[in-house]
Amino acid sequence: MTETDRVAEAVEPSSGDGFSRRALLGWTGGALVVGAAAAGGVATAVTGTEDKSSTPALGSVDFHGVNQAGIATPVQDRLHFCVFDVITDDRAKLVRMLQQWTAAAAAMTAGKQIGTGADSGVPESPPDDTGEAVGLPPNNLTLTVGFGPTLFTKDGRDRFGIAAKKPEALAELPAFPGDKLDPQRSGGDIAVQACSDDPQVAVHAIRNLARIGFGVVSVRWSQLGFGKTSSTTPEAMTPRNLFGFKDGTRNIAGTETDRLREHVWVPAGEGPAWMTGGSYLVARRIRMHIETWDRTSLQEQEDVIGRNKGVGAPQGATGEHDVVPLKALPEKSHVRLSHPDTNNGATILRRGYSFVDGSDGLGRLEAGLFFLAYQRDPRKGFIPVQQRLAANDAMNEYIQHVGSALFACPGGVRGADDYWGKALFA
Amino acid sequence: MSVVRRRPATTRALGVGLLLALPLALTACDSDDSSGDAVKVTAKDKSCDVAKKDWPAGKNSIKVTNKGSQVTELYVYAQGDRIVTERENIGPGTSATLNFEIKAGTYEVACKPGMKGDGIRQKVTVAGTPAEKPIDPRLAEAVAHYRTFTNTTVEQMLPLATEFVNAVKAGDVAKAKEYYPKSRLGWETIEPVAESFGDLDPQMDAREADLEPGQEWSGWHRIEKALWTTGQITDVEKGYADRLMADLKTLQSKVGTVDITPTSIANGAKGLLDEVATGKVTGEEEAFSHTDLWDFAGNVDGAKKAFELLKPYVAEKDAALTGTLDAEFAKIQGLLFKYKQGDGYVSYDTVDEAKRKELSDAVNALGEPLSKLAGVVAQ
Ligand SMILES: [Cu+2]
Repeated sequence: MTETDRVAEAVEPSSGDGFSRRALLGWTGGALVVGAAAAGGVATAVTGTEDKSSTPALGSVDFHGVNQAGIATPVQDRLHFCVFDVITDDRAKLVRMLQQWTAAAAAMTAGKQIGTGADSGVPESPPDDTGEAVGLPPNNLTLTVGFGPTLFTKDGRDRFGIAAKKPEALAELPAFPGDKLDPQRSGGDIAVQACSDDPQVAVHAIRNLARIGFGVVSVRWSQLGFGKTSSTTPEAMTPRNLFGFKDGTRNIAGTETDRLREHVWVPAGEGPAWMTGGSYLVARRIRMHIETWDRTSLQEQEDVIGRNKGVGAPQGATGEHDVVPLKALPEKSHVRLSHPDTNNGATILRRGYSFVDGSDGLGRLEAGLFFLAYQRDPRKGFIPVQQRLAANDAMNEYIQHVGSALFACPGGVRGADDYWGKALFA
Repeated sequence: MSVVRRRPATTRALGVGLLLALPLALTACDSDDSSGDAVKVTAKDKSCDVAKKDWPAGKNSIKVTNKGSQVTELYVYAQGDRIVTERENIGPGTSATLNFEIKAGTYEVACKPGMKGDGIRQKVTVAGTPAEKPIDPRLAEAVAHYRTFTNTTVEQMLPLATEFVNAVKAGDVAKAKEYYPKSRLGWETIEPVAESFGDLDPQMDAREADLEPGQEWSGWHRIEKALWTTGQITDVEKGYADRLMADLKTLQSKVGTVDITPTSIANGAKGLLDEVATGKVTGEEEAFSHTDLWDFAGNVDGAKKAFELLKPYVAEKDAALTGTLDAEFAKIQGLLFKYKQGDGYVSYDTVDEAKRKELSDAVNALGEPLSKLAGVVAQ
């Protein structure tokens, strides 16, 4: 199929009868799903003919569902992650904004403009949509929301009457040795993860949500990311991080229903009801000392990671996806220390991105990994693994955790009258 | 703050609104939809061909095509080079459509190949009376009151500016510093109107960082720098003080001639908040004196005045909007009150990053709904 064909199909919605397109998104036939959005009709799924690893997808991902999109759905190429603080005490205003956000998110993920659009409405008024994504397909845009601990209680105060609904699992992360956390890149009340195969689409989404939120929320920090460093699609080639290595070849795939159920989705009865079908998101900004890494010998690089740099096979094995012969790996190697078998089975779904924010004042690349991990309970997922890594990982010489945040991501938006946080604020 | 040099499009658009009350002129529109009746202008490197030189009063549109080799821009000037409408950055081989409203009179169309100089000019004549939709009496009242407000504000500035100028001329640095922010407060309150007089704004309120090569730096900020950096007042500063006073008198004599409309009042209010957002919150405006919060308060007061005048009408059309604006104005004024010191405000360099962010959030919270005001008034 040519690029033009794809565009043509992308703009031509087909009628449908309401089956879940996310289910249809098929992990086997390439992740290209195109067409109209959840709110409108159901799209045509184009399957079967795509080159598995590389297709520049133009499709859309269903915004509605039992779980939020953007967690187990295929990882897109680009990220704009934004964390907001709520600056009002007015619960009704916050709820109204979440409703407006949800409506805007449903529109944008379907490739539609917000409100009356970018070039209509009253000529004397600014347009409802800022317009920079007009004409672009959604490129699989997903918007995923999470609530931070401080939304529930701050300085001991129950801010919005929801303190009793704060999950125990949403406790602040412990301090890890070696952390150098910047408060300006940490914490926050509400996170929105925007992922798309087109950075313009992701940035447009965050910009418009921020605008809708003026007076209710204020941007606390944000991060752009590129070059996904992990995949939730099993057939896809494992991408490389900025150290040039493949990492996370054993990531949970979106098709692994059992592992998702065991490690990612919060089941009914675990914690407050509003978290059923949800997940906990750990975000860490990990600065990489690129220059010193680059002058490290190949042998040491491979020993630090525990993999060869070529095909990405674990040391002592030959293929990328071979069973990791843990005992054969150096004791302090990253792969050995982070492997579920070393951590009593602790498993997380990683969704991180590389970042380069230009250079720092010393001329070094301001670069690293923006680590995003979803799990059923951070106390059984990220925390024990990171405690082990922070204490022992040979890679610590080349990285530093500089930003940190934890969010409770509720279950998916179920339909037109549902909105982000409805079950929490009900 | 002078934004003429720095953010030309914004300021000029504001000026246009105030001068000519032209809803359409405020929405620079590139679409070719309306270009059917558009006056065709062909811009070349050495010519500016205007296809039709007698225009009807009211809504008009120009379609300019750049057939030259350089990037060009197009202006329509009223007398005294007051800008009716303009478009920059028209690349070779491209066209742009400008929609605007214009009153009877004589004007000049200027093409500026290379975007420099006075341009190649053609005279045009506008005649007739545009079909006007009858104005709501509440809006008519708002316009009348806003006119009075601008006149009064300029009058009230004069004695304070006189104190300032006299202190500068007497070499009294302490007194000059005291009166510096006071002498500007009125200007900041009616800034969109003040800026509509082309030359006065850059002459009176240009900031050093915004000067163009070769531009003479005069006005408040020139004197500000001397007062707060060297503390030396020389004959040069005394000369600029005289000129500032002369410019203020010019402003006083001209301010009554400004055409004010409900839409321009609303856009002026929004523009004042934009000024706060881009210049005051960042501390750029008063780089030496750090009296930014005075200007901030002036801008907010001016916007509030504009809103209050339009409110009886807007409340009926969009009660939710006036409710939001009431609340946000109260919030930002409450926030400003925290920084009150004597009859003025604390120095902005004592306001830390977190507090500046709080102010910035309040500006965004007010500016966003305020940007909807013109749309309601224009309906
Ligand atoms: Cu100014």
